[in-house]
Amino acid sequence: MNWIFEPWPWYISGPMIAFIMFLLLMSGKNFGMSANLRTICTICGAGNKANFFNFDWKSQKWNLVVIIGAVIGGYIGSYYLTTDMAVAINPDTINDLNILGFMSAGKSYLPDEIFDNSSLFKVKNILILSIGGFLVGFGARYAGGCTSGHAISGLSDLQLPSLIAVIGFFIGGLTMIHFLFPLIF
Amino acid sequence: MYLFIGILFGITMFKSEAASWFRIYEMFKFESFHMYGIIGSALAIGIIVVQMIKRFKIKSFYGEEINFNPKEKSLSRYIIGGIIFGLGWALAGACPGPMFTLIGVGYFPIIIVIISSIIGTFIYGLLREKLPH
Repeated sequence: MNWIFEPWPWYISGPMIAFIMFLLLMSGKNFGMSANLRTICTICGAGNKANFFNFDWKSQKWNLVVIIGAVIGGYIGSYYLTTDMAVAINPDTINDLNILGFMSAGKSYLPDEIFDNSSLFKVKNILILSIGGFLVGFGARYAGGCTSGHAISGLSDLQLPSLIAVIGFFIGGLTMIHFLFPLIF
Repeated sequence: MYLFIGILFGITMFKSEAASWFRIYEMFKFESFHMYGIIGSALAIGIIVVQMIKRFKIKSFYGEEINFNPKEKSLSRYIIGGIIFGLGWALAGACPGPMFTLIGVGYFPIIIVIISSIIGTFIYGLLREKLPH
């Protein structure tokens, strides 16, 4: 049973994701996480400001339960099923990141430089986190889905729009890392 | 039931390291097969699952028909929205599923990402009529 404490290889993780999508389909639902962000807007009363948020949020309650589960899953995964939090990325990648100033590369799960609880008091980090989050939320809704909705669910159903969206994800991600990171960090 | 699915999803996101900012960075650098293996194998099985459900008209656990909603045809919304999402995905290193998982792991700064993504969704809702779709 020691393998469970190690990071899961892709050939376990990928099929697990497919299995989760299968369970949701068999429950008559769709696998799409960013829909929750819209639901939360509606619960907060955004329906008064834009028609887009006028829908019966209770029909999406199940999906909110899924993300509550995802929080609990993160807790179980990290506290009970993991002994070493370091992510063993490619040594070349670690080198690149060290040059950019991320000394925690290869030593932790997330870069301490951005995600350490104490780094919350740095203006630059707050900007990075809030701009990143804003783009994720805005882009996901504009594109009609995120990684789960398009790259997994949509492509599994061989939907052309999802392929276009995933190509967009990569254009955006590559631009950020190859052209913008050297300017930001 | 949904809580169980969510917990399974959260554990998978954490243990697969798909919730790690470093893995996302490495993926966009094309320096590891890991993330491509995850998405690729999920997709390969996903395609088979969806085809089987359609071909054999498999009913849901509740005996209902399983519907797939075809996405509306468009180019601009998917490419522009996709690029905006990709920029954020690479910067914050988290997409809308794993960002919740990371709260459970104890990375509280991720809450800023979540709140901002809710604000991003809200602003999209406000501007929706004015954006090309």
